[in-house]
Amino acid sequence: MRDSASTLTLPTAVLPTRKALTFSAGKLVPAGLILIALAFFTLVLLLPLVTVLIEALNKGLGFYWSSLLEGESIQAMQLTLLMAVLVVPLNAAFGIAAAWLLGKFRFPGRSFLITLIDLPLSVSPVVAGLVFVLMFGAQSALGPWLAAHDIKIIFALPGIWLTSLFVTLPYVARELLPLLESQGTDQEESAVMLGASGWQTFRYISLPQMKWALIHGVILCNARVMGEFGAVSVVSGHIRGQTNTLPLLVEILYNEYQFTAAFAVASLLAVLALVTLVIKRVAVRQSMTQSEL
Amino acid sequence: MTSLARRQNIVPGFRVTLGVTLCYLALMVIIPLAGLVFKTSTLSWDQLWHTLTSARVLAAVRLSVGAALAAAAVNAVFGTLLAWVLTRYKFPGRSLVDAMVDLPVALPTAVAGLALTAIYSEHGVIGRITQEYWGWSIAFTPTGVFIALVFVGIPFLVRTVQPVLQDLEKAHEEAGATLGASSWQNFRFILLPQLAPAILTGAALAFGRAVGEYGSVIFIAGNVPMISEIAPLMIISKLEQYDYAGATAIALLLLGISIIVLMTVNHLQARLQHYRQPLV
Repeated sequence: MRDSASTLTLPTAVLPTRKALTFSAGKLVPAGLILIALAFFTLVLLLPLVTVLIEALNKGLGFYWSSLLEGESIQAMQLTLLMAVLVVPLNAAFGIAAAWLLGKFRFPGRSFLITLIDLPLSVSPVVAGLVFVLMFGAQSALGPWLAAHDIKIIFALPGIWLTSLFVTLPYVARELLPLLESQGTDQEESAVMLGASGWQTFRYISLPQMKWALIHGVILCNARVMGEFGAVSVVSGHIRGQTNTLPLLVEILYNEYQFTAAFAVASLLAVLALVTLVIKRVAVRQSMTQSEL
Repeated sequence: MTSLARRQNIVPGFRVTLGVTLCYLALMVIIPLAGLVFKTSTLSWDQLWHTLTSARVLAAVRLSVGAALAAAAVNAVFGTLLAWVLTRYKFPGRSLVDAMVDLPVALPTAVAGLALTAIYSEHGVIGRITQEYWGWSIAFTPTGVFIALVFVGIPFLVRTVQPVLQDLEKAHEEAGATLGASSWQNFRFILLPQLAPAILTGAALAFGRAVGEYGSVIFIAGNVPMISEIAPLMIISKLEQYDYAGATAIALLLLGISIIVLMTVNHLQARLQHYRQPLV
């Protein structure tokens, strides 16, 4: 099945039959499979990405920049960045704690906790948004009390923050858990035996080992916070200039038939996605070499 | 000695991390989801039944589930093929393709939806061709929904099957080949049985994601009532009419599907324990 001819250093003239053989069956099937896979890849994955970038520059660079520098776009960028700053550290801290607990210890109810952590990933983003509307919306049990104290959660920033927290809760934990599980506890036990405190053990033994997995989780969490659409769209109320994140702005521009501007904002998010993929790649490579050492 | 070590885990941090994890999960996951269930308990059976069996909701749920199943099936074939090609062959651009497989995870759903609409609408690169030659429009029809869900599901298949393929012993296939199996027989009787749990897990994950998918679908779907409305969109439209009870009923149905899928995946993954991959 594998072509051995390519690794042969003998002159090809010596082995005419062998060469003919590799061209017939040995290479045709792989080449065909690669071709089909690449066609699928180009059609389904590559084409959408290229489309975003081309459509964004449809009306030239000048228009591109002016749509990005418009007040609404700037405001949406600020809000999106603010959400990333407010959400990612919290979920990273939770992720480390949860992965430590579930990776280093065995106790009853452990697999139930894992399922709970997975849940936000499998729940529809719209359901995630709805859950918070039911909790804090005007019609909820808390609604009148919140209104009386002039606290706005739904259709305001706290709502967007809460749903973002919910939706991205599993990312860091899910990246760290398999690593901590496979590492076992030998090194930490040795550290403790040698007199290290709990913090020292974590800081000098465990953290360096989970560094790249942590970066991987954080970058995915960040991408989801900045790109979340469904959940945020339920709680945001789409108040222009106040509660619009970049993905919501894309939808608004699209609905107003400002297609090129919509694609310009979308291209910004596409670039974010590409940066995410690059960092993710590096993180995966690094953690693989680290585990081989 | 081992029994002593088992009994007393001296790794620090159990209580702190248990406390943090439980509090955070209670605040962020348990209480909010319990709120949803509580809200449902205030509805009568009649109300619930009435909402879920109304023609428009039924059509939306049928489309969401049907298109998600079809997309998962297509991804089971092409995702496995992609994983196979990426692990077994070397070709120019391989690592680029490998990195780009995760695009649907990293690309915001609204951006994906916008791009797919541009491609498959009647003015788009592909939409124009299908429209002109076959009179077949893709955007704003159930086919559009299906295509968006295929896009969304790819990484789940590839990333579940890939590690299993990497670890498969080539010796099995080689033994098959030396015993005279054709490449098809080799695939069908030696590879497929070993890959099946991974493919099923990936397909279940892709299905779970696709049923609840919203952002990448609503643009290309066009949201024509009874034809191309998806179930998550029905929640939004109920909310816009301040029909909280109706929205909750549909949400509960979707949550139920998610939980069933999650349990199925956990069950399947128990067989794949060794490959338990951080999947997103």
